[in-house]
Amino acid sequence: MNSRAFHSVDGTYNFAYLDEQTKRMIRRTLLKAIAVPGYQVPFGGREMPMAYGWGTGGIQITASIIGRDDTLKVIDQGADDTTNAVSIRRFFRRVAGVQTTEETSKATLIQTRHRIPEKQLTEKQILVYQVPQPEPLWKLEPREVETRKLHAYSEYGLMHVKLYEDISRHGEIITTYDYPVEVNARHIMSPSPIPKFDNPKMAMMPALQLFGAGREKRIYAIPPYTRVRSLDFDDHPFKPQRFDKPCALCGAEEVFLDEVILDDKGDHMFVCSDSDHCRERRAAGHTGSRASDAADMGFVPTEGLN
Amino acid sequence: MNALLEAQSVGHSYAGGQLGCEDVSFRLYPGEVLGVVGESGSGKSTLLGCLSGMIEPSQGSVRFDAGGQGLRDVFSLSEPERRLLMRTDWGIVRQNPRDGLRMNVSAGGNVGERLMAVGARNYTEIRGEALDWLTRVEIPSGRIDDLPRTFSGGMQQRVQIARILVSKPRLVFMDEPTGGLDVSVQARLLDLLRGLVRDLGVAAVVVTHDLAVVRLLSDRLMVMRQGRVVESGLTDQVLDDPQHPYSQLLVSSVLQA
Ligand SMILES: Nc1ncnc2c1ncn2[C@@H]1O[C@H](COP(=O)(O)OP(=O)(O)OP(=O)(O)O)[C@@H](O)[C@H]1O
Ligand SMILES: [Mg+2]
Repeated sequence: MNSRAFHSVDGTYNFAYLDEQTKRMIRRTLLKAIAVPGYQVPFGGREMPMAYGWGTGGIQITASIIGRDDTLKVIDQGADDTTNAVSIRRFFRRVAGVQTTEETSKATLIQTRHRIPEKQLTEKQILVYQVPQPEPLWKLEPREVETRKLHAYSEYGLMHVKLYEDISRHGEIITTYDYPVEVNARHIMSPSPIPKFDNPKMAMMPALQLFGAGREKRIYAIPPYTRVRSLDFDDHPFKPQRFDKPCALCGAEEVFLDEVILDDKGDHMFVCSDSDHCRERRAAGHTGSRASDAADMGFVPTEGLN
Repeated sequence: MNALLEAQSVGHSYAGGQLGCEDVSFRLYPGEVLGVVGESGSGKSTLLGCLSGMIEPSQGSVRFDAGGQGLRDVFSLSEPERRLLMRTDWGIVRQNPRDGLRMNVSAGGNVGERLMAVGARNYTEIRGEALDWLTRVEIPSGRIDDLPRTFSGGMQQRVQIARILVSKPRLVFMDEPTGGLDVSVQARLLDLLRGLVRDLGVAAVVVTHDLAVVRLLSDRLMVMRQGRVVESGLTDQVLDDPQHPYSQLLVSSVLQA
């Protein structure tokens, strides 16, 4: 990656929108975050030309580390073709002139909201998460000075109180998104609202994982090959979601599925949430029970549409 | 026997020069209950704050024996050490249960928190202990998953006590533990507290302006006035035969009431 000064495609912005000084500040924050895995480092976040809900924290990280040789993939809820993903991809094509892709394996930099790709990431890739609420303890302890102490002194009993409440009310831990993890046997961290299905992928991942919260102005990180453990009780161990059927389009098992409503009579099917993974499998000849419907319903390969 | 807690010439003035308490010295031994009485503004809560690590006194020292290591100055401990003490060896019962409970967490979760805070990770065991302690403070087992706000004031106070005693502290600080409760509820809570304190052999400092509370709970008594201790001794002695004119006034006004 390089950060040489660059005149953006339309000549209006610095390369990747942010000025070089801001990028250096964010990169220093990233180095701190990588040095202390799971620790939330405050940073002087910048206003971005979009609302916080769009993932400005992730966008600022991406803007600070992207180089002109990078190939960017943007995921929103597992898909590459939602408005959010399309806009962010378009933004970086415009302000950095970089290549974009929907293929996980071709990307060097992946910015995501709500999912980790099904395909195992590599040491050559960086995964940037958009984080709406970085503080895993915020619902339990609203005082920020106090939460900082809880992290500093590893006083994490409170996090288990939340899981205790789940089990006592519902018989099991019902937290399915943003399921808290312990990083490198030290800090407790919010993984952002990914399904707990994806939690095990964070552990010992070869790719660097970076997390940016725009509104709260916090950055944290998981370096490659770091231990990540989902919190649980000895007698109520962590269980990722399981699906009893394979993807209706590509037949994939052991992947995260979304329910798709097909008509107003209640017809529905479960398909891969990772649209690129599904497309790649179908291109390789894998089929699911409703594969023949795929084309009719618009589930066609979308690479190159935008 | 070695002292558990020792106050030496403890004094505290608030910013602006307002005197909170002055020159208070005593020793508290394991299993002993010390009562602190005095009129409003006499410095009871200030003293309790200094003793329990919440307010750093401007004069004197507070020393505590954390698990046979000998007396150590509470305020020379690092903050994490002091916080660990507060959630293991110590317990603080607040006058207002809202300050001592997590109102958005069930009764069972409130009681279980201290266990989880020191590393308990078996749900069944944590719940079993919570249930046991709620029963001991006479909360029906069917209420274990209810939020504190669905409880009466007296019940909230009992949950707060269970939440503290579950970690088997060696020293409990109580500031007006029966304040704000109906008289009949007060009596029952006191009975319960007396039983628990005796059973567990826990030491306690109980601050109150209610002489009935100390009569029932405390072995020794300190009478405070304008920030200073004016008289101290065995509870029965002080209450039955007060020496200091202010103590005499305090006792007689109660008898008249
Ligand atoms: N935060 C504070 N700032 C300044 N002065 C204070 C503060 N808290 C207490 N004081 C003063 O210190 C003195 C002792 O107050 P303290 O609260 O210790 O009395 P108390 O015996 O607990 O009274 P009460 O029975 O009403 O609770 C009083 O004169 C009070 O006004
Ligand atoms: Mg007081």
